[in-house]
Amino acid sequence: MKRTPLYERHASAGARFVDFGGWEMPVRYTTTIQAEHDAVRTSAGLFDVSHMGEIDVTGENAVHALNRLVTNDLTRINDGQACYTAMCLPSGGIVDDLVIYRYSEQRLLICCNAANREKDYAWIAENLEDAVAIDRGDEFAQLALQGPKASAILQTLTEQNLADIKRYWFVDGSVCGVPTIISRTGYTGEDGFELYCPADKGGVIWDALFEAGGDALKPVGLGARDTLRLEMKYALYGNDIDETTTPLEAGLGWITKLDAGDFIGKDILVEQKESGVERRLVAFKMSGRAIARHGYDVVDAEGHVIGHVTSGTRSPTLGENIGLAYVPFGVHRVGSDIKIAVRNRIESGTIVKPPFVKPGSDV
Amino acid sequence: MSSPSELRYTKEHEWAKLVGDGEVIIGITDHAQDALGDVVFVELPEVGDSFDAEDKFGVVESVKTVSDLYAPCGGEILEVNSALEDAPETVNGDPYGEGWIIRLSLSDNAQLDALMSASEYDAFVAAES
Repeated sequence: MKRTPLYERHASAGARFVDFGGWEMPVRYTTTIQAEHDAVRTSAGLFDVSHMGEIDVTGENAVHALNRLVTNDLTRINDGQACYTAMCLPSGGIVDDLVIYRYSEQRLLICCNAANREKDYAWIAENLEDAVAIDRGDEFAQLALQGPKASAILQTLTEQNLADIKRYWFVDGSVCGVPTIISRTGYTGEDGFELYCPADKGGVIWDALFEAGGDALKPVGLGARDTLRLEMKYALYGNDIDETTTPLEAGLGWITKLDAGDFIGKDILVEQKESGVERRLVAFKMSGRAIARHGYDVVDAEGHVIGHVTSGTRSPTLGENIGLAYVPFGVHRVGSDIKIAVRNRIESGTIVKPPFVKPGSDV
Repeated sequence: MSSPSELRYTKEHEWAKLVGDGEVIIGITDHAQDALGDVVFVELPEVGDSFDAEDKFGVVESVKTVSDLYAPCGGEILEVNSALEDAPETVNGDPYGEGWIIRLSLSDNAQLDALMSASEYDAFVAAES
């Protein structure tokens, strides 16, 4: 298994590790997922997300070249701004979901899912015209500093005025003397930053942040990363979205700009938009004590399978069991009851309006 | 940490403790609760249900995962730890004490002898990880 440059720090902090897309990553440290989750919602948490991939795209007209591969519209964001997008197959299925940083017309940086890094790079290299893609995944360490106190902690280590960086904007700055991309983004619903720095300097920033944060900052593993993102209904690739699901089915219409120029998958998505999707990814709460997990069937009154659960957990914030599932259009409405086969019985749930938890970020 | 020496252990990470006349208390080990992480639900059997050794008798759900419970030995359920319904996290906090799961009347005492001792179990866990 692959390890990030921070592995030794995690091990000596007592982390429990898990295989995540071929990476040996902390699932939690010495306390509980609940405690790590609460730290991010009420104070601050630091995640090592160095497993994420980075791909550079450069060229005379790199913005337009890359725009043909993604569903969002890179021509509508400014230099210095980031955007969340899907990258689709001609079928409309999702190759990956990405955050793309626009430096200029000539240069962008893609952040992609760890497990998809090689696939994404191959897909981009094959389909990109008049621009060059370079896999730079090994060059970066990436830390996610998230929570209401994230900004105050980070501000002690950088001369960059963080108040000037709005949500989904970024700057090439420096954190304790280390050249770092400071991006006001995250996967938790809280205010916070994702920091990209040279791989061998990740530990310097990691240590400095804990020194600056003191008791207000906790290391957080992938366990709480999952509960935090699920409370926001942020999709997890491989669970909620994949090559068999389209952005429209997944409720990602807001990152699918069908009025923009051509992009791979657009024809199918336009067709799907016009005729209506047959299924939708919905957020639900369980009525009972069982947790509906990835792969469990959604069934109708006669017990026929009509959909499936893609994610499920106990919400640490709400103390309720929550999840996401694909259900047929018509069943998808907020307030509808759904039935889920949990082991040997049928449990009921109710479709709710996402997010499960109100985002804390008001930047 | 070494496991309590008075208990017997399974490869599925349950423990069994002989209490009095042919009765055993069953739970999951400290290693098991640590691997599962935050336990949020324990699906308990009914009093009066009978199980053979290695039968599935319940389920432990943590935030991250769901794991079946297997009977270390056969018998009839005399009592379930219903306190776990409201406080499943007790399995994390006190796996060998308040976090016990079921009490069973043992159908065959010899089945306990077939289980691992504490030192055998510790060696098994060390080899597994």
